[in-house]
Amino acid sequence: MEAFILEKLILVAIVFTISLVIAMYSTLAERKVAGFMQDRYGPNRAGIGGILQPLCDGGKFFFKEEIIPAGAHKVLFVVGPTLAIITACISSAVIPWGQTLTIGGREVVLQVADINVGVLYIFGVVALGVYGIMIGGWASNNKFSLMGAIRAASQSISYEIGMGLSIIALLMVTGTLSMGEIVAQQSGFVNWNIWVQPLGFLIFMTCAFAECNRVPFDLPECETELVGGYHTEYSSMKLGLYMFSEYINMFVSSALMAALYFGGYNFPFMYELGLSQNWITIIGVLVFFLKIFGFIFFFMWIRWTLPRFRYDQLMNLGWKMLIPLAIANIVLTGVITIIKDTYF
Amino acid sequence: MSIFYFVAFLAIFFALMTIFTKNPVHSVLYLVITFFTLTIHYILLNAQFLAVVNFIVYMGAIMVLFLFVLMLLNLNEDTEPMKSNLVKIIGAIAGMCLIATFLGAFRVIQPTNELVAGNADIGLVKNLGKVLFNEFLLPFEISSILLLTAMVGAVLLAKKEVRKA
Repeated sequence: MEAFILEKLILVAIVFTISLVIAMYSTLAERKVAGFMQDRYGPNRAGIGGILQPLCDGGKFFFKEEIIPAGAHKVLFVVGPTLAIITACISSAVIPWGQTLTIGGREVVLQVADINVGVLYIFGVVALGVYGIMIGGWASNNKFSLMGAIRAASQSISYEIGMGLSIIALLMVTGTLSMGEIVAQQSGFVNWNIWVQPLGFLIFMTCAFAECNRVPFDLPECETELVGGYHTEYSSMKLGLYMFSEYINMFVSSALMAALYFGGYNFPFMYELGLSQNWITIIGVLVFFLKIFGFIFFFMWIRWTLPRFRYDQLMNLGWKMLIPLAIANIVLTGVITIIKDTYF
Repeated sequence: MSIFYFVAFLAIFFALMTIFTKNPVHSVLYLVITFFTLTIHYILLNAQFLAVVNFIVYMGAIMVLFLFVLMLLNLNEDTEPMKSNLVKIIGAIAGMCLIATFLGAFRVIQPTNELVAGNADIGLVKNLGKVLFNEFLLPFEISSILLLTAMVGAVLLAKKEVRKA
Protein backbone atom coordinates (compact mmCIF):
# COMPACT_ATOMS: atom_id res chain seq x y z
CA MET A 1 0.00 0.00 0.00
CA GLU A 2 2.80 2.40 0.90
CA ALA A 3 4.65 1.56 -2.31
CA PHE A 4 1.42 2.24 -4.21
CA ILE A 5 1.00 5.67 -2.61
CA LEU A 6 4.66 6.50 -3.20
CA GLU A 7 4.36 5.44 -6.84
CA LYS A 8 1.28 7.60 -7.35
CA LEU A 9 2.90 10.57 -5.59
CA ILE A 10 5.91 10.37 -7.88
CA LEU A 11 3.61 10.14 -10.89
CA VAL A 12 1.60 13.15 -9.68
CA ALA A 13 4.80 15.14 -9.19
CA ILE A 14 6.01 14.24 -12.69
CA VAL A 15 2.69 15.09 -14.35
CA PHE A 16 2.48 18.34 -12.40
CA THR A 17 6.02 19.35 -13.37
CA ILE A 18 5.49 18.43 -17.00
CA SER A 19 2.29 20.41 -17.28
CA LEU A 20 3.89 23.45 -15.65
CA VAL A 21 6.98 23.25 -17.88
CA ILE A 22 4.87 22.80 -20.97
CA ALA A 23 2.69 25.75 -19.96
CA MET A 24 5.86 27.80 -19.44
CA TYR A 25 7.32 26.91 -22.80
CA SER A 26 3.96 27.34 -24.51
CA THR A 27 4.35 31.06 -23.90
CA LEU A 28 7.65 31.01 -25.77
CA ALA A 29 6.24 28.72 -28.46
CA GLU A 30 3.28 31.04 -28.90
CA ARG A 31 5.53 34.02 -29.53
CA LYS A 32 7.78 32.00 -31.81
CA VAL A 33 4.77 30.76 -33.80
CA ALA A 34 3.45 34.31 -33.97
CA GLY A 35 6.83 35.42 -35.28
CA PHE A 36 6.83 32.64 -37.85
CA MET A 37 3.30 33.49 -39.02
CA GLN A 38 4.12 37.18 -39.29
CA ASP A 39 7.48 36.65 -40.94
CA ARG A 40 9.69 37.89 -38.10
CA TYR A 41 11.98 36.29 -35.54
CA GLY A 42 10.10 36.38 -32.24
CA PRO A 43 12.05 36.44 -28.95
CA ASN A 44 15.64 35.34 -29.58
CA ARG A 45 17.78 37.29 -27.09
CA ALA A 46 17.63 35.30 -23.84
CA GLY A 47 19.66 32.12 -24.28
CA ILE A 48 20.11 30.21 -27.52
CA GLY A 49 17.17 31.05 -29.76
CA GLY A 50 15.29 32.59 -26.83
CA ILE A 51 15.20 29.35 -24.83
CA LEU A 52 15.50 31.17 -21.48
CA GLN A 53 12.75 33.70 -22.28
CA PRO A 54 10.03 31.96 -20.13
CA LEU A 55 12.36 31.99 -17.10
CA CYS A 56 12.95 35.73 -17.53
CA ASP A 57 9.20 36.32 -17.90
CA GLY A 58 8.49 34.26 -14.79
CA GLY A 59 11.13 36.14 -12.81
CA LYS A 60 9.71 39.44 -13.98
CA PHE A 61 6.24 38.39 -12.82
CA PHE A 62 7.55 37.58 -9.34
CA PHE A 63 9.45 40.84 -8.90
CA LYS A 64 6.73 43.19 -10.11
CA GLU A 65 4.77 45.17 -7.59
CA GLU A 66 1.67 43.44 -6.34
CA ILE A 67 -1.31 45.78 -6.47
CA ILE A 68 -4.66 45.12 -4.85
CA PRO A 69 -7.04 47.94 -5.76
CA ALA A 70 -8.58 49.88 -2.86
CA GLY A 71 -12.15 49.05 -3.88
CA ALA A 72 -11.45 45.37 -4.46
CA HIS A 73 -12.62 42.53 -2.25
CA LYS A 74 -9.28 41.51 -0.72
CA VAL A 75 -9.91 37.81 -0.07
CA LEU A 76 -11.77 36.99 -3.28
CA PHE A 77 -9.24 39.00 -5.30
CA VAL A 78 -6.62 36.46 -4.24
CA VAL A 79 -8.98 33.47 -4.41
CA GLY A 80 -9.73 34.13 -8.11
CA PRO A 81 -6.31 33.34 -9.64
CA THR A 82 -5.72 30.60 -7.05
CA LEU A 83 -8.86 28.79 -8.07
CA ALA A 84 -8.02 29.25 -11.75
CA ILE A 85 -4.62 27.59 -11.40
CA ILE A 86 -5.89 24.79 -9.10
CA THR A 87 -8.71 23.76 -11.42
CA ALA A 88 -6.32 23.87 -14.37
CA CYS A 89 -3.83 21.60 -12.61
CA ILE A 90 -6.20 18.94 -11.23
CA SER A 91 -7.84 18.15 -14.57
CA SER A 92 -4.82 16.17 -15.78
CA ALA A 93 -5.34 13.52 -13.06
CA VAL A 94 -7.38 11.08 -15.15
CA ILE A 95 -5.48 11.31 -18.43
CA PRO A 96 -3.69 8.05 -19.30
CA TRP A 97 -0.16 9.02 -20.34
CA GLY A 98 0.94 5.55 -21.35
CA GLN A 99 0.57 1.82 -20.81
CA THR A 100 2.29 -0.05 -17.99
CA LEU A 101 6.01 0.15 -17.32
CA THR A 102 7.71 -2.79 -15.59
CA ILE A 103 10.38 -1.50 -13.25
CA GLY A 104 12.12 -4.16 -11.17
CA GLY A 105 9.23 -6.62 -11.38
CA ARG A 106 6.73 -3.97 -10.45
CA GLU A 107 4.04 -2.84 -12.91
CA VAL A 108 3.54 0.90 -12.96
CA VAL A 109 0.44 2.22 -14.70
CA LEU A 110 1.15 5.62 -16.24
CA GLN A 111 -2.13 7.15 -15.18
CA VAL A 112 -2.71 8.90 -11.88
CA ALA A 113 -6.29 7.73 -11.32
CA ASP A 114 -8.37 5.49 -13.54
CA ILE A 115 -11.76 6.32 -12.05
CA ASN A 116 -14.72 4.85 -13.90
CA VAL A 117 -16.30 8.25 -14.49
CA GLY A 118 -13.08 9.79 -15.86
CA VAL A 119 -14.65 11.70 -18.75
CA LEU A 120 -17.27 13.20 -16.46
CA TYR A 121 -14.58 14.15 -13.94
CA ILE A 122 -12.74 16.21 -16.55
CA PHE A 123 -16.02 17.72 -17.61
CA GLY A 124 -16.77 18.74 -14.02
CA VAL A 125 -13.35 20.27 -13.46
CA VAL A 126 -13.64 22.22 -16.70
CA ALA A 127 -17.02 23.50 -15.55
CA LEU A 128 -15.42 24.59 -12.30
CA GLY A 129 -12.68 26.49 -14.10
CA VAL A 130 -14.91 29.44 -14.83
CA TYR A 131 -15.22 30.26 -11.11
CA GLY A 132 -11.65 31.53 -11.00
CA ILE A 133 -12.39 34.02 -13.76
CA MET A 134 -15.79 35.03 -12.37
CA ILE A 135 -14.62 35.53 -8.80
CA GLY A 136 -11.52 37.44 -9.91
CA GLY A 137 -13.52 39.64 -12.27
CA TRP A 138 -16.15 40.44 -9.66
CA ALA A 139 -13.70 41.03 -6.82
CA SER A 140 -11.75 43.56 -8.90
CA ASN A 141 -14.66 46.00 -8.51
CA ASN A 142 -14.15 47.24 -12.04
CA LYS A 143 -16.81 47.44 -14.76
CA PHE A 144 -14.52 46.06 -17.45
CA SER A 145 -13.45 43.15 -15.27
CA LEU A 146 -17.07 42.39 -14.42
CA MET A 147 -18.07 42.47 -18.10
CA GLY A 148 -15.23 40.08 -18.88
CA ALA A 149 -16.26 37.75 -16.05
CA ILE A 150 -19.88 37.74 -17.15
CA ARG A 151 -18.89 37.03 -20.74
CA ALA A 152 -16.70 34.19 -19.54
CA ALA A 153 -19.55 32.68 -17.53
CA SER A 154 -22.16 32.76 -20.28
CA GLN A 155 -19.69 31.57 -22.90
CA SER A 156 -18.52 28.70 -20.75
CA ILE A 157 -22.06 27.53 -19.96
CA SER A 158 -23.15 27.75 -23.59
CA TYR A 159 -20.23 25.75 -24.94
CA GLU A 160 -20.26 23.17 -22.15
CA ILE A 161 -23.59 21.92 -23.50
CA GLY A 162 -22.20 21.39 -26.98
CA MET A 163 -19.12 19.75 -25.53
CA GLY A 164 -21.17 17.40 -23.36
CA LEU A 165 -23.41 16.41 -26.26
CA SER A 166 -20.45 15.69 -28.52
CA ILE A 167 -18.94 13.50 -25.78
CA ILE A 168 -22.24 11.58 -25.43
CA ALA A 169 -21.95 10.48 -29.07
CA LEU A 170 -18.41 9.35 -28.36
CA LEU A 171 -19.53 7.41 -25.28
CA MET A 172 -22.16 5.63 -27.38
CA VAL A 173 -19.30 4.28 -29.48
CA THR A 174 -16.89 3.44 -26.68
CA GLY A 175 -19.43 2.19 -24.12
CA THR A 176 -17.36 3.32 -21.15
CA LEU A 177 -16.63 6.49 -19.20
CA SER A 178 -13.16 5.46 -18.08
CA MET A 179 -10.38 7.34 -19.84
CA GLY A 180 -8.01 4.38 -19.52
CA GLU A 181 -10.41 2.04 -21.31
CA ILE A 182 -11.32 4.56 -24.00
CA VAL A 183 -7.66 4.94 -24.95
CA ALA A 184 -6.94 1.21 -24.65
CA GLN A 185 -9.76 0.50 -27.12
CA GLN A 186 -8.09 2.58 -29.83
CA SER A 187 -5.02 0.40 -30.33
CA GLY A 188 -3.21 0.65 -33.63
CA PHE A 189 -4.36 3.17 -36.18
CA VAL A 190 -7.70 2.10 -37.67
CA ASN A 191 -9.40 1.98 -34.26
CA TRP A 192 -8.94 5.66 -33.50
CA ASN A 193 -12.21 7.31 -32.59
CA ILE A 194 -11.69 10.12 -35.08
CA TRP A 195 -12.64 7.72 -37.91
CA VAL A 196 -16.06 7.02 -36.37
CA GLN A 197 -16.70 10.42 -34.81
CA PRO A 198 -15.32 13.11 -37.16
CA LEU A 199 -18.25 15.47 -36.60
CA GLY A 200 -18.14 14.91 -32.85
CA PHE A 201 -14.46 15.75 -32.86
CA LEU A 202 -15.04 19.01 -34.74
CA ILE A 203 -17.71 20.05 -32.25
CA PHE A 204 -15.56 19.00 -29.30
CA MET A 205 -12.58 20.94 -30.61
CA THR A 206 -14.59 24.09 -31.23
CA CYS A 207 -15.99 23.90 -27.70
CA ALA A 208 -12.52 23.26 -26.29
CA PHE A 209 -11.33 26.47 -27.94
CA ALA A 210 -14.22 28.32 -26.32
CA GLU A 211 -13.64 26.74 -22.91
CA CYS A 212 -9.97 27.73 -23.00
CA ASN A 213 -10.91 31.32 -23.91
CA ARG A 214 -8.66 31.12 -26.93
CA VAL A 215 -8.99 33.13 -30.12
CA PRO A 216 -11.45 33.25 -31.86
CA PHE A 217 -13.45 32.90 -28.62
CA ASP A 218 -11.36 35.11 -26.33
CA LEU A 219 -14.10 37.65 -25.67
CA PRO A 220 -13.65 37.60 -21.86
CA GLU A 221 -10.30 39.32 -22.39
CA CYS A 222 -11.11 41.22 -25.55
CA GLU A 223 -8.69 44.14 -25.22
CA THR A 224 -10.25 46.33 -27.88
CA GLU A 225 -13.52 46.46 -25.94
CA LEU A 226 -12.69 45.66 -22.32
CA VAL A 227 -9.14 47.00 -21.69
CA GLY A 228 -7.86 43.66 -20.38
CA GLY A 229 -11.08 41.82 -19.64
CA TYR A 230 -11.42 39.96 -16.35
CA HIS A 231 -7.76 40.47 -15.42
CA THR A 232 -7.66 44.24 -16.00
CA GLU A 233 -6.81 44.96 -12.34
CA TYR A 234 -4.32 42.14 -11.89
CA SER A 235 -0.58 42.60 -11.80
CA SER A 236 2.53 40.58 -11.00
CA MET A 237 2.24 36.85 -10.34
CA LYS A 238 -1.55 36.89 -9.97
CA LEU A 239 -1.80 37.90 -13.62
CA GLY A 240 0.87 35.30 -14.27
CA LEU A 241 -1.29 32.61 -12.66
CA TYR A 242 -4.24 33.52 -14.88
CA MET A 243 -2.07 33.30 -17.98
CA PHE A 244 -0.51 30.08 -16.73
CA SER A 245 -3.88 28.51 -16.11
CA GLU A 246 -4.89 29.39 -19.66
CA TYR A 247 -1.84 27.61 -21.06
CA ILE A 248 -2.30 24.59 -18.77
CA ASN A 249 -5.92 24.38 -19.89
CA MET A 250 -4.71 24.44 -23.47
CA PHE A 251 -2.28 21.62 -22.71
CA VAL A 252 -4.94 19.54 -20.95
CA SER A 253 -7.52 20.01 -23.69
CA SER A 254 -4.92 19.09 -26.29
CA ALA A 255 -4.17 15.95 -24.29
CA LEU A 256 -7.89 15.26 -24.03
CA MET A 257 -8.45 15.59 -27.78
CA ALA A 258 -5.45 13.37 -28.47
CA ALA A 259 -6.63 10.78 -25.93
CA LEU A 260 -10.33 10.72 -26.81
CA TYR A 261 -10.17 10.95 -30.59
CA PHE A 262 -6.59 10.39 -31.78
CA GLY A 263 -5.70 7.21 -29.94
CA GLY A 264 -3.69 8.68 -27.07
CA TYR A 265 -0.48 6.68 -26.66
CA ASN A 266 -1.39 4.27 -29.47
CA PHE A 267 0.63 4.39 -32.65
CA PRO A 268 0.45 2.42 -35.93
CA PHE A 269 2.05 -1.06 -35.93
CA MET A 270 2.71 -0.87 -32.18
CA TYR A 271 2.52 -4.64 -31.71
CA GLU A 272 3.89 -5.74 -35.11
CA LEU A 273 7.39 -4.36 -34.61
CA GLY A 274 8.30 -6.95 -31.99
CA LEU A 275 9.21 -4.48 -29.27
CA SER A 276 9.15 -5.30 -25.57
CA GLN A 277 6.33 -3.90 -23.44
CA ASN A 278 8.55 -1.25 -21.85
CA TRP A 279 9.66 0.08 -25.22
CA ILE A 280 6.09 0.16 -26.50
CA THR A 281 5.13 2.18 -23.43
CA ILE A 282 8.02 4.62 -23.75
CA ILE A 283 7.45 5.18 -27.47
CA GLY A 284 3.72 5.45 -26.74
CA VAL A 285 4.30 8.25 -24.22
CA LEU A 286 6.50 10.09 -26.73
CA VAL A 287 3.89 9.64 -29.47
CA PHE A 288 1.20 10.93 -27.12
CA PHE A 289 3.21 14.06 -26.39
CA LEU A 290 3.89 14.52 -30.09
CA LYS A 291 0.13 14.50 -30.69
CA ILE A 292 -0.37 16.95 -27.83
CA PHE A 293 2.25 19.31 -29.23
CA GLY A 294 0.54 19.05 -32.60
CA PHE A 295 -2.72 20.21 -31.06
CA ILE A 296 -1.01 22.99 -29.10
CA PHE A 297 0.52 24.19 -32.37
CA PHE A 298 -2.94 24.05 -33.93
CA PHE A 299 -4.30 26.23 -31.11
CA MET A 300 -1.59 28.79 -31.83
CA TRP A 301 -2.02 28.55 -35.58
CA ILE A 302 -5.73 29.40 -35.18
CA ARG A 303 -4.89 32.26 -32.83
CA TRP A 304 -2.67 34.01 -35.34
CA THR A 305 -4.93 33.30 -38.30
CA LEU A 306 -8.55 33.99 -37.36
CA PRO A 307 -10.09 37.25 -36.15
CA ARG A 308 -12.22 37.37 -33.01
CA PHE A 309 -15.96 36.68 -33.13
CA ARG A 310 -18.53 39.28 -32.23
CA TYR A 311 -20.40 38.35 -29.07
CA ASP A 312 -23.77 37.63 -30.74
CA GLN A 313 -21.98 35.55 -33.38
CA LEU A 314 -20.37 33.57 -30.59
CA MET A 315 -23.72 32.86 -28.96
CA ASN A 316 -25.38 32.01 -32.28
CA LEU A 317 -22.60 29.60 -33.14
CA GLY A 318 -22.88 27.90 -29.77
CA TRP A 319 -26.65 27.60 -29.48
CA LYS A 320 -27.90 27.53 -33.06
CA MET A 321 -25.09 25.65 -34.78
CA LEU A 322 -23.10 23.43 -32.43
CA ILE A 323 -25.89 22.14 -30.19
CA PRO A 324 -28.24 21.07 -33.05
CA LEU A 325 -25.25 19.57 -34.88
CA ALA A 326 -24.23 17.67 -31.75
CA ILE A 327 -27.78 16.33 -31.27
CA ALA A 328 -27.89 15.29 -34.93
CA ASN A 329 -24.57 13.56 -34.38
CA ILE A 330 -26.02 11.61 -31.43
CA VAL A 331 -29.01 10.48 -33.50
CA LEU A 332 -26.77 9.55 -36.43
CA THR A 333 -24.44 7.59 -34.17
CA GLY A 334 -27.41 5.74 -32.65
CA VAL A 335 -28.87 4.84 -36.05
CA ILE A 336 -25.52 3.64 -37.39
CA THR A 337 -24.90 1.57 -34.25
CA ILE A 338 -28.28 -0.14 -34.57
CA ILE A 339 -27.81 -0.82 -38.30
CA LYS A 340 -24.37 -2.26 -37.58
CA ASP A 341 -25.69 -4.46 -34.78
CA THR A 342 -28.62 -5.83 -36.82
CA TYR A 343 -27.14 -6.34 -40.26
CA PHE A 344 -23.40 -6.95 -39.82
CA MET B 1 -17.01 7.28 9.88
CA SER B 2 -14.90 10.15 11.16
CA ILE B 3 -14.61 11.46 7.59
CA PHE B 4 -18.37 11.45 7.38
CA TYR B 5 -18.75 13.50 10.55
CA PHE B 6 -16.10 15.98 9.45
CA VAL B 7 -17.69 16.45 6.01
CA ALA B 8 -21.16 16.63 7.53
CA PHE B 9 -19.96 19.32 9.91
CA LEU B 10 -18.49 21.27 7.00
CA ALA B 11 -21.71 20.89 5.00
CA ILE B 12 -23.86 22.24 7.81
CA PHE B 13 -21.38 24.98 8.63
CA PHE B 14 -21.25 26.29 5.07
CA ALA B 15 -25.01 25.90 4.68
CA LEU B 16 -25.46 28.13 7.73
CA MET B 17 -22.90 30.59 6.34
CA THR B 18 -24.98 30.70 3.13
CA ILE B 19 -27.95 31.92 5.12
CA PHE B 20 -26.23 34.26 7.54
CA THR B 21 -23.84 36.13 5.27
CA LYS B 22 -25.04 39.56 4.18
CA ASN B 23 -23.49 39.76 0.73
CA PRO B 24 -25.45 37.76 -1.90
CA VAL B 25 -22.32 36.88 -3.89
CA HIS B 26 -20.63 35.46 -0.77
CA SER B 27 -23.83 33.58 -0.07
CA VAL B 28 -23.69 31.90 -3.48
CA LEU B 29 -20.02 31.06 -3.03
CA TYR B 30 -20.76 29.40 0.32
CA LEU B 31 -23.56 27.48 -1.37
CA VAL B 32 -21.05 26.28 -3.96
CA ILE B 33 -18.84 24.94 -1.15
CA THR B 34 -21.90 23.29 0.42
CA PHE B 35 -22.59 21.50 -2.84
CA PHE B 36 -18.97 20.44 -2.93
CA THR B 37 -19.27 18.83 0.50
CA LEU B 38 -22.42 17.04 -0.72
CA THR B 39 -20.37 15.70 -3.63
CA ILE B 40 -17.90 14.26 -1.11
CA HIS B 41 -20.84 12.63 0.69
CA TYR B 42 -21.92 10.93 -2.53
CA ILE B 43 -18.39 9.65 -3.07
CA LEU B 44 -18.35 8.27 0.50
CA LEU B 45 -21.58 6.43 -0.39
CA ASN B 46 -19.83 4.96 -3.48
CA ALA B 47 -22.27 6.81 -5.75
CA GLN B 48 -19.67 8.07 -8.20
CA PHE B 49 -22.05 8.97 -10.98
CA LEU B 50 -24.33 10.97 -8.71
CA ALA B 51 -21.29 12.71 -7.22
CA VAL B 52 -19.93 13.79 -10.57
CA VAL B 53 -23.32 14.82 -11.88
CA ASN B 54 -23.95 16.85 -8.74
CA PHE B 55 -20.55 18.41 -9.34
CA ILE B 56 -21.22 19.25 -12.99
CA VAL B 57 -24.85 20.28 -12.83
CA TYR B 58 -25.06 22.09 -9.50
CA MET B 59 -21.57 23.47 -9.02
CA GLY B 60 -20.63 23.82 -12.65
CA ALA B 61 -23.83 25.08 -14.22
CA ILE B 62 -26.62 26.16 -11.86
CA MET B 63 -24.42 28.01 -9.38
CA VAL B 64 -22.52 29.69 -12.21
CA LEU B 65 -25.87 30.97 -13.47
CA PHE B 66 -26.79 32.16 -9.96
CA LEU B 67 -23.48 33.97 -9.68
CA PHE B 68 -23.95 35.35 -13.19
CA VAL B 69 -27.34 36.87 -12.35
CA LEU B 70 -26.15 38.27 -9.02
CA MET B 71 -23.09 39.85 -10.59
CA LEU B 72 -25.19 41.30 -13.37
CA LEU B 73 -27.65 42.85 -10.93
CA ASN B 74 -24.85 43.74 -8.49
CA LEU B 75 -27.12 43.47 -5.45
CA ASN B 76 -25.84 44.62 -2.08
CA GLU B 77 -27.18 45.68 1.30
CA ASP B 78 -28.09 49.19 0.10
CA THR B 79 -30.22 48.13 -2.83
CA GLU B 80 -32.06 45.40 -0.95
CA PRO B 81 -35.71 46.39 -0.63
CA MET B 82 -37.04 46.44 2.94
CA LYS B 83 -39.47 43.60 3.39
CA SER B 84 -42.58 44.25 5.40
CA ASN B 85 -43.10 42.51 8.75
CA LEU B 86 -46.05 40.59 7.34
CA VAL B 87 -43.79 38.87 4.80
CA LYS B 88 -41.29 38.01 7.55
CA ILE B 89 -44.00 36.47 9.75
CA ILE B 90 -45.44 34.49 6.86
CA GLY B 91 -41.95 33.26 6.01
CA ALA B 92 -41.27 32.20 9.58
CA ILE B 93 -44.57 30.30 9.83
CA ALA B 94 -44.00 28.56 6.50
CA GLY B 95 -40.50 27.56 7.60
CA MET B 96 -41.82 26.16 10.88
CA CYS B 97 -44.42 24.13 9.00
CA LEU B 98 -41.68 22.64 6.83
CA ILE B 99 -39.62 21.73 9.90
CA ALA B 100 -42.67 20.11 11.52
CA THR B 101 -43.31 18.08 8.38
CA PHE B 102 -39.72 16.92 8.17
CA LEU B 103 -39.60 16.04 11.86
CA GLY B 104 -42.81 14.03 11.52
CA ALA B 105 -41.45 12.26 8.47
CA PHE B 106 -38.04 11.45 9.93
CA ARG B 107 -39.52 10.25 13.24
CA VAL B 108 -41.32 7.31 11.62
CA ILE B 109 -38.52 6.46 9.21
CA GLN B 110 -36.85 3.11 9.79
CA PRO B 111 -33.50 2.62 8.13
CA THR B 112 -33.36 -0.74 6.39
CA ASN B 113 -29.80 -1.88 6.17
CA GLU B 114 -30.47 -4.57 3.59
CA LEU B 115 -31.47 -2.03 0.98
CA VAL B 116 -28.22 -0.10 1.29
CA ALA B 117 -25.94 -3.07 1.69
CA GLY B 118 -27.76 -5.09 -0.98
CA ASN B 119 -25.74 -3.76 -3.87
CA ALA B 120 -22.87 -1.49 -2.93
CA ASP B 121 -22.03 -0.78 -6.55
CA ILE B 122 -25.49 0.48 -7.45
CA GLY B 123 -24.08 4.02 -7.80
CA LEU B 124 -21.74 3.11 -10.64
CA VAL B 125 -22.83 4.32 -14.07
CA LYS B 126 -23.41 0.92 -15.63
CA ASN B 127 -25.62 -0.40 -12.80
CA LEU B 128 -27.48 2.88 -12.38
CA GLY B 129 -28.23 3.04 -16.10
CA LYS B 130 -29.59 -0.51 -16.12
CA VAL B 131 -31.82 0.18 -13.13
CA LEU B 132 -33.05 3.48 -14.56
CA PHE B 133 -33.92 2.08 -17.98
CA ASN B 134 -35.42 -1.20 -16.75
CA GLU B 135 -37.16 -0.90 -13.41
CA PHE B 136 -37.73 2.85 -13.35
CA LEU B 137 -38.25 3.56 -17.05
CA LEU B 138 -41.64 5.23 -16.67
CA PRO B 139 -40.73 7.61 -13.82
CA PHE B 140 -37.51 8.43 -15.65
CA GLU B 141 -39.30 9.31 -18.88
CA ILE B 142 -41.97 11.28 -17.05
CA SER B 143 -39.38 13.35 -15.23
CA SER B 144 -37.63 14.04 -18.53
CA ILE B 145 -40.93 15.25 -19.97
CA LEU B 146 -41.29 17.47 -16.92
CA LEU B 147 -37.87 18.99 -17.63
CA LEU B 148 -38.78 19.47 -21.28
CA THR B 149 -41.98 21.27 -20.25
CA ALA B 150 -40.00 23.60 -18.01
CA MET B 151 -37.59 24.31 -20.85
CA VAL B 152 -40.36 25.05 -23.36
CA GLY B 153 -42.03 27.27 -20.76
CA ALA B 154 -38.84 29.24 -20.19
CA VAL B 155 -38.36 29.76 -23.92
CA LEU B 156 -41.98 30.83 -24.27
CA LEU B 157 -41.62 33.37 -21.45
CA ALA B 158 -38.37 34.76 -22.82
CA LYS B 159 -39.64 35.08 -26.37
CA LYS B 160 -40.94 38.46 -27.39
CA GLU B 161 -44.55 38.52 -28.38
CA VAL B 162 -45.05 39.15 -32.07
CA ARG B 163 -47.62 41.84 -32.66
CA LYS B 164 -50.41 41.00 -35.03
CA ALA B 165 -50.56 43.41 -37.90
